Amino acid sequence: MESTFDIIDHTADVGIIVYGADFKQLVSNAAVALFTLITDVENIERKLKHHIEINSENKDDLLVEWLNELIYLFDAEHLLFNRFDIDKLDNNQLKAVCFGEKFNSSRHRIKMGVKAATYHMLEVSGDSGGYKARVIFDI
Amino acid sequence: MSVWQGQLVKIDDYHWQIPQSYKSGMRVPGLIYATEAMLASICREQTPEQVVNVAFLPGIVKFSLAMPDIHWGYGFPIGGVAAMDLDSGVISPGGVGYDINCGVRLLRTTLYESEVRLRINQLINELYNNVPSGLGSEGRMKMSQKDLQELMVEGAQWVVRRGLGCKEDLEATEDGGCLKGADSGKISDRAIKRGMPQVGTLGSGNHFLEIQVVKEIFDHHASNIMGINEIGQVLILIHTGSRGFGHQICTDHLRVMEETISRYGIKLPDRQLACAPINSREGKDYLAAMACAANYAWANRQCIAHWTRESFSKVFGKDPEELGIKQVYDVAHNIAKIEEHEIDGHRIKVCVHRKGATRAFPPGHKDIPQYYREIGQPVLIPGDMGRCSFIAVGTQKAMEESFGSTCHGAGRMLSRSAARRSMKGRDVLQELQDKGITVKARDIPSLAEEASQAYKDVSEVIDVVHQSGIAKKVAMAVPIGVIKG
Repeated sequence: MESTFDIIDHTADVGIIVYGADFKQLVSNAAVALFTLITDVENIERKLKHHIEINSENKDDLLVEWLNELIYLFDAEHLLFNRFDIDKLDNNQLKAVCFGEKFNSSRHRIKMGVKAATYHMLEVSGDSGGYKARVIFDI
Repeated sequence: MSVWQGQLVKIDDYHWQIPQSYKSGMRVPGLIYATEAMLASICREQTPEQVVNVAFLPGIVKFSLAMPDIHWGYGFPIGGVAAMDLDSGVISPGGVGYDINCGVRLLRTTLYESEVRLRINQLINELYNNVPSGLGSEGRMKMSQKDLQELMVEGAQWVVRRGLGCKEDLEATEDGGCLKGADSGKISDRAIKRGMPQVGTLGSGNHFLEIQVVKEIFDHHASNIMGINEIGQVLILIHTGSRGFGHQICTDHLRVMEETISRYGIKLPDRQLACAPINSREGKDYLAAMACAANYAWANRQCIAHWTRESFSKVFGKDPEELGIKQVYDVAHNIAKIEEHEIDGHRIKVCVHRKGATRAFPPGHKDIPQYYREIGQPVLIPGDMGRCSFIAVGTQKAMEESFGSTCHGAGRMLSRSAARRSMKGRDVLQELQDKGITVKARDIPSLAEEASQAYKDVSEVIDVVHQSGIAKKVAMAVPIGVIKG
């Protein structure tokens, strides 16, 4: 599979540059990138699914809030995901189903404690030719 | 990132000013504490531009300040200090940071290096088992939602009331371990859910618990008053913050301020600087929520200090009193406080943002414990795990120049992956062991990210604050045992 994201690792910053053929794919790829920072995504089994709905003002905020929702689920409920089916997406709303399982210390290595997606240097751009975004995380 | 090419005017060897005329929209000049040699790495990161951005914030007074450990942060630089006028100023969550009241607590003992080294492995194992650390770790405190709501208002006092610690601990904590104005009604369900299982956990990343040995004393009078009397004496340093609770509060309120900022007609050069007038509903809500997170962090360090005492007690077979384990002080490194400062000859109330900076109140200040009024407030400055940490005191100069603030630590110099690369093929645990430092960590590969070479040398940082007079160094200690999350 073609790489759908790059990791940014710059002094105190850790972030992602993520690509997608359309915004839907970008949102899904950004979530995979997030969990790649957190753990080895190939070790996540798809034992449960979780529905997420985000409402926001624009694409930028939607992306940040989507990632913050996933970070919240990881930190508060110890949920790890590696597949994201985006059911509905426009500039103001996102509905998705996430597949994964609960963190299990015997099988999952936590590489990094990602704590928040920030607005710092946030960039989302795209057109019919494809989408690209940059998100920096607080760790 | 390109090198910052802006305008820096040398005031003296340790003060560098960015004139207000550098950019239209700056309300005050920038002021960076550094040596000429340090400026190269500071400018490599565009960090001075963040000092400039902070100078745009409404109500900022005197200067947008940067401590010598300044590095690139989200919105505000880490090491940034800014005071805002209460009537015309703003509060910015980015000026506090995500880990609200990330800070350090220092305990002293009457033990000496040799007797602790004899049992260092046992001690590190005991501490490791007693103090939950690492990601996904849950605390030993079984909290109900009501418990957490009380804790976020009462801070470390709540923990002491539960029998973990004593009132002397509270006296030796900034604000008595309880910041006023906390309102649990301003906390989201998500913050509560993240916070409940994490009370009394060290966390991960750069957080640690260190057993240290006093290596050098610069000011014997001040160190004696702190109960630090001799070279070789063993100290304990705890570095952690408000965990997922503080992060969620920052995230929640940044989102609100992002949405409301246009209503207040505030234009900013960086979205992450989102803010609200101190007197607005959004501003007040954030301050009340931030106080909850600050209190959570003090409660967190209080629990960990208690279990540290228990661990020492078990290993040495003596009660903590016999081992002389007393709290020297506990300071916040990420916080905003309403304080009174003298500006242009007038005493006015301001909201001081300290993000990666330490309060450094001078001798005689009413907000420091009676027994420290002669020497000034203890300032605790951790370095990286392979080098050293410093103990200093606040000064009158800090009060006059930097809103009673000074530096907070070393500051990162290498990215995490660069740090891992620099350690490639080397055994970080063994290298530390060879230096006489026993380390226990949840995740060994991540340990390389915290290697010494990833950080600036804290000695250079402390020299700048000492020479420029915004803190006075008292003692230096080196680690002999480290717990990392």
